[in-house]
Amino acid sequence: MEFNFTNNSKNFFRVLMAIGVLTIIVGFLMNPHRTWAALLVNNFYFTAIALCGTFFVAVNYIAQAGWAVGFKRVPEAMGQFILFGGIGMILIFLFGHHDLYHWTHPENYVKETPDYDAILDGKKGFLNIPFYSIRLVAYFLIWAGFTYWLRKESLAEDLTGGIGHYDKSVKIGTVYIILFGITSSTSAWDFLMSVDAHWFSTLFGWYTFAGLFVSGLATMCMLIIYLKSKGHLGNVNENHLHDVGKFMFAFSIFWTYLWFSQFMLIWYANLPEEVTYFKARWDHYRFIFWLNFFINFCFPFLVLMTRDAKRKVKVLIIAGTAIIIGHWLDVYLMVIPGTIGNEWHGFNLIEFGVMFGYAGAFLFVVFTSLTKAPLIAKNHPLLAESMAHHI
Amino acid sequence: MSEIVISAVRDPLVLGEKTYHQITEDVCRPVEGKANKWWWLSFIISATCMTWGICSLAYTIGNGIGSWGLNKTVGWAWDITNFVWWIGIGHAGTLISAILLLFRQRWRMSINRSAEAMTIFAVVCAGLFPLFHTGRPWLDYWMLPLPNQFGSLWVNFNSPLLWDVFAISTYFSVSLVFWYLGLIPDLATIRDRAIKPASKFIYGTLSFGWKGTARDWSRYEEVALVLAGISTPLVLSVHTIVSMDFATSILPGWHTTIFPPYFVAGAIFSGFAMVLTLMLVARKVLDLEEYITIQHIESMNKVIILTGSIVGIAYLTEFFIAWYSGNNYEAYAFINRATGPYWWAYWSMMTCNVITPQLFWFKKIRTSVIATFIISIFVNIGMWFERFVIIVTSLHRDFLPSSWTMYHPTFIEMGIFIGTIGLFFTLFLVFARVFPVIALNELKTVLKATSDKSHKNIPHHHE
Repeated sequence: MEFNFTNNSKNFFRVLMAIGVLTIIVGFLMNPHRTWAALLVNNFYFTAIALCGTFFVAVNYIAQAGWAVGFKRVPEAMGQFILFGGIGMILIFLFGHHDLYHWTHPENYVKETPDYDAILDGKKGFLNIPFYSIRLVAYFLIWAGFTYWLRKESLAEDLTGGIGHYDKSVKIGTVYIILFGITSSTSAWDFLMSVDAHWFSTLFGWYTFAGLFVSGLATMCMLIIYLKSKGHLGNVNENHLHDVGKFMFAFSIFWTYLWFSQFMLIWYANLPEEVTYFKARWDHYRFIFWLNFFINFCFPFLVLMTRDAKRKVKVLIIAGTAIIIGHWLDVYLMVIPGTIGNEWHGFNLIEFGVMFGYAGAFLFVVFTSLTKAPLIAKNHPLLAESMAHHI
Repeated sequence: MSEIVISAVRDPLVLGEKTYHQITEDVCRPVEGKANKWWWLSFIISATCMTWGICSLAYTIGNGIGSWGLNKTVGWAWDITNFVWWIGIGHAGTLISAILLLFRQRWRMSINRSAEAMTIFAVVCAGLFPLFHTGRPWLDYWMLPLPNQFGSLWVNFNSPLLWDVFAISTYFSVSLVFWYLGLIPDLATIRDRAIKPASKFIYGTLSFGWKGTARDWSRYEEVALVLAGISTPLVLSVHTIVSMDFATSILPGWHTTIFPPYFVAGAIFSGFAMVLTLMLVARKVLDLEEYITIQHIESMNKVIILTGSIVGIAYLTEFFIAWYSGNNYEAYAFINRATGPYWWAYWSMMTCNVITPQLFWFKKIRTSVIATFIISIFVNIGMWFERFVIIVTSLHRDFLPSSWTMYHPTFIEMGIFIGTIGLFFTLFLVFARVFPVIALNELKTVLKATSDKSHKNIPHHHE
């Protein structure tokens, strides 16, 4: 049975996107600075979820994992948003860099003026607009290109079968993972760490990756559950959901591990150039700071701990929703203090409006992609293992 | 239980058309037979090294830490290098037995037993260094939080060195229990086959009256899963805390947030190298090449290339951020590593850890026993140098140039290090004689699904 992207859903997503566009217009009129920050938060977050899709597909090829083949069209579809995220990111940098990235201001680099910033001047070899732009475009060319390539092989396999497409996908996936291993870190420095341009942390790239992966897993889980509720993916059952739940559980802990490592080491050493990052969050964003930890660690940890929990759709929906909201907050906490700073007095409707817009666009792209191919990759050599998956 | 479906793209894990009985025969042979001359030769060499180490330790106890090459600037050197190196090696065992169990990797079956044994022996070797570095090892119980009337002051809970005491002792206990639990059914098999009353009694006692009933197995599997769940965060926490011995300081080259996960990746990297070094010899000597196949070696090599690349990315990240931070001291620490008086240690580390494992991208190399053996030795050496570089080059040129100095190890220190290598191999050789080196009963559970016999029956739809 083909997936049917109903008009109702289409209209619903269109309404969400309209809310987003409207918010952006109103936002630019009322508070452009805040709007740029909201755009960065959401554009990054939904791109991250999309990146998890391709990453998941590639990793499964390399690891020769069979169990997830039955629903591999779902992460594949998620990856299709990368291209749109890339266009968004480029536009945001093109027009919003002055509001978002302090290091783009030319007055930082004029010696013997009050605005001269020796630290930023020292980073000029990396943080400058031409080099940054090249990196920005390169990231998305790599990510979207490999996503397209993996998808192409998978669709070709549907038609012709044989082991050739599988073998080729393993090779493509391997190259992608190498490139993603590097670009996931450097892009996190570029998109997020350079918001607080003075600050640095060697763990930042991996920390961002952990958040990206777990929020993408939760999204994937929600999409599978949705498709099942519409009568699709009949062979994907509670055994598969159990394993997706295990991944959500394990990588929530992994994210927390990196969160703690970064926070604890900076807090313990208490060096002024490092601790300033958490000081800003502690002083003005303390509620979100704790909420971030609670919703992304305590909640999924306790809720998903037992075997039964991971096999129940309702529990997975609760935990998955919490993770998706929680990691949005995490990205929020990475961007807003460096852009809005002390002027922050609670959440703003702009942030939520833009979020709805991006959610609508993301789902529209994913659903469209789901309609374009059968939901089961019927000639995948490991499909039989996935169908018989039983734990 | 539904039927296990195995795809044709997977290669068989047990070769030689084995039956259940043959597995028992093949695995029990080294335990029941007599040792050959290769075993005795290796044993004599290892035991000699171990004896040298014992003498060096005795000398250290008698004369104090002054018999080592440490000085006021370099207060930590070979001792901590060796400690971290050994602890890291241990991590592969837990990864194979716990994490790969959670990931349902069948290829762990033939190698988990000896990798877990290796974990325990490596932790024993590691533990010696901090115990003797205290200078007065007879007072080592002061490291525990005991009331003051036992002589010590209350321990400092803020110190990562104390966290190490807890982390490593917990790790050792859990690894030992996990390993022993897996041994029980296999010891019972040896008990049932024993002819001499003495060995029947010994293996009977060691196997705790295992009967092999369905209930026994069900409980066994439940406990194994629980222990795997406990071991997984534990193994990550151990090397995390080891990394915090350095990273909680404010020393350039030590204080960096990437240390915890990067140390864990490095530990698994070095551990797999040591597993390969041991297994490539053991499969030959014990005639287990049909169980520890080229496919197992290839999978382990893939783990090596993954973790080696993670470590490589961490090196480059550190280097980059040292420049990006704009912190002169941090930048100098890294320039000094690469171009200072210890440049040779740095470039040995880079060559062995980052460059040589990349050769495993070639299928020919990663499926070659000889090449794998050589590269695994390279990784062992490289990971030792990594710790040496982190520890000694960060210390020897500190904030005050007048106290800059070099570190030279003494023969006593070298003796202790070689002694731990001797101890490690002695323990492993004894283990290979008295315990089954392959988890034979566990292996039997996957025989139907993954032997070359069963693979003949899979339809190869693409052919």
